[in-house]
Amino acid sequence: MASVSQLHQPPSFRVVLMARRSTVVALVCFVLIVLACFLLPALDLTAIGGMSVRNRLTPPGADYFLGADAFGRDVLGRLLIAGQTSLQIGLGVAILSSSAGIVIGLIAGFFRRLDTPLSRLIDAMMAFPDILLALALVAIFGGTVGNVILALSIVYTPRVARIVRASTLVVRELPYVEAARALGSSTLTIMVTHVLRNILSPILVQATFIFAYAMLAEAGLTFLGVGVDPSTPTWGAMVNEGRQYIDTAFFLILFPGIAIALSVLSLQLVGDGLRDALDPKLNKET
Amino acid sequence: MANYLLRRVVGMFVVIILVLTITFVLVRLAPGDPAALMLGPDATPQEAADLRTRLGLDDPIIVQYAKFVGNALKGDLGESLFFNRPVTSILADRAEPTIFLALMSLFFALFIATPIGIYAAYKRGSLLDQSSVTSAMLAASIPSFLTGLVFQRVLATNFGWFPTAGYGGPDADLWVRLGHLILPSITLGITNSALILRFTRASMLDILGEDYVRTARAKGMPEARVILRHALKNAGIPIITVVGLTFALLVSGAVVTERVFNLPGMGNLVVNAVLRRDYPVIQGTLIVVASIYVLINLATDLLYFFIDKRVKY
Repeated sequence: MASVSQLHQPPSFRVVLMARRSTVVALVCFVLIVLACFLLPALDLTAIGGMSVRNRLTPPGADYFLGADAFGRDVLGRLLIAGQTSLQIGLGVAILSSSAGIVIGLIAGFFRRLDTPLSRLIDAMMAFPDILLALALVAIFGGTVGNVILALSIVYTPRVARIVRASTLVVRELPYVEAARALGSSTLTIMVTHVLRNILSPILVQATFIFAYAMLAEAGLTFLGVGVDPSTPTWGAMVNEGRQYIDTAFFLILFPGIAIALSVLSLQLVGDGLRDALDPKLNKET
Repeated sequence: MANYLLRRVVGMFVVIILVLTITFVLVRLAPGDPAALMLGPDATPQEAADLRTRLGLDDPIIVQYAKFVGNALKGDLGESLFFNRPVTSILADRAEPTIFLALMSLFFALFIATPIGIYAAYKRGSLLDQSSVTSAMLAASIPSFLTGLVFQRVLATNFGWFPTAGYGGPDADLWVRLGHLILPSITLGITNSALILRFTRASMLDILGEDYVRTARAKGMPEARVILRHALKNAGIPIITVVGLTFALLVSGAVVTERVFNLPGMGNLVVNAVLRRDYPVIQGTLIVVASIYVLINLATDLLYFFIDKRVKY
């Protein structure tokens, strides 16, 4: 039997987040991917970057755990290095688009006069399919890691802004905001300390999904030959390079493809878990 | 009603003007002289000057903008720098594979997702429910080019069940052309089925808890009829919304899928235009696709109105 105090105590955030096995597995999986990409190359366990033409297109086996590419480079080593770039792009886009989206969304939600023009602008931006807009932006900015992050952030900012605006419209009418206003708090203080702090959860959930989408979009752009400059390896670039050898060395596109899918899947599962844990109304569901 | 319609149409017009403005600004964001950028590093100053005059880049920016919007509203999207033809006529030539690809993959996506979504909601919490939700998420996580390449390699090259790539050549008849689209459509359909499946499941779950479903069951109505007649009909609205939303996903996916299967559609056109810095084609494609998206969204909103009489504006 639960005691009275337990009954009144809602389950803590961590308990709810960890309640679903899939969330835990996904979180562990994603952390392992990140650690592998950023720590293993530094330990220099594999012959990274070394080329040996004699070994080109060696299938996975004892010498090369995941095979060797067309230049005789170790696929596993390259996969880890490329992962650093792909993960950086995902994280960069998540942070940049969330920050820009928070600013735009708060302004639209707070200042009635700016709401309509900003909302229409958000609608117009969201009318462009993500890859298509990103393609045009990267074509204009040029294909460096920073520019790809910038282009994809422009693509995803309206999504965050729309969510922030909607949440702001609800929260700003709550009694404690009114109280703060009555006590003479400045608009900026109300926006940041009272409103923003209380709408962080949907933003965090959305940022997790954007992390995932951005990694997928980057892979797509690079596959189309429009993403990051080919001298910087990313998972998308590895698939693109492997295309030429699809008949002889299918593993060249398979492994980076799996790396993308695994990262994106675990991020999406974590995002789902976060959403359920942060939204008490949904706790009863699923 | 008339008031609402008018407001929506005006709103749509404003968004389309903004779409035009954004595409206009986009090209001018590029550092340096757009004409020199379009011509590449080998162009002489004279060529750049000629192109500037041809594109009207010497006019004041306001004049350029007014001309651009005016022309676009009249259906003139400029001329391709590579093909030396009007962008609209190039887009019209390339529209067929993309439209068929989008429609066929939407068909496959609905075909896969709707029954599974309904069944998963019906058998909520079962193994089938959990595995369908997880596999939907997996499908949305695998890059569509990977699915495409695997299908192409296994089903087309190895088994020879489908054509490997292309659109059957210039003189191919309709059935041959459609045959070339089956594998690309399945590829794109699988990717897009994920969202539809999750939406169908979620909205069916909502409806199955409603009183009238319980009443129908209590009256002894056969289960199949309860599900199809009462629940599915009411779950229709969210499903329509998500079909409207998948349009953007379909177009994004089509760009990549057309590249994998080498289809002569708008996606392939725009990627080549980006590689060639053919800005009028990039601009034109963005405008056309975004306008279609805006129109589809208006259409889905209006559809709600006719399906659900409770929706009041």
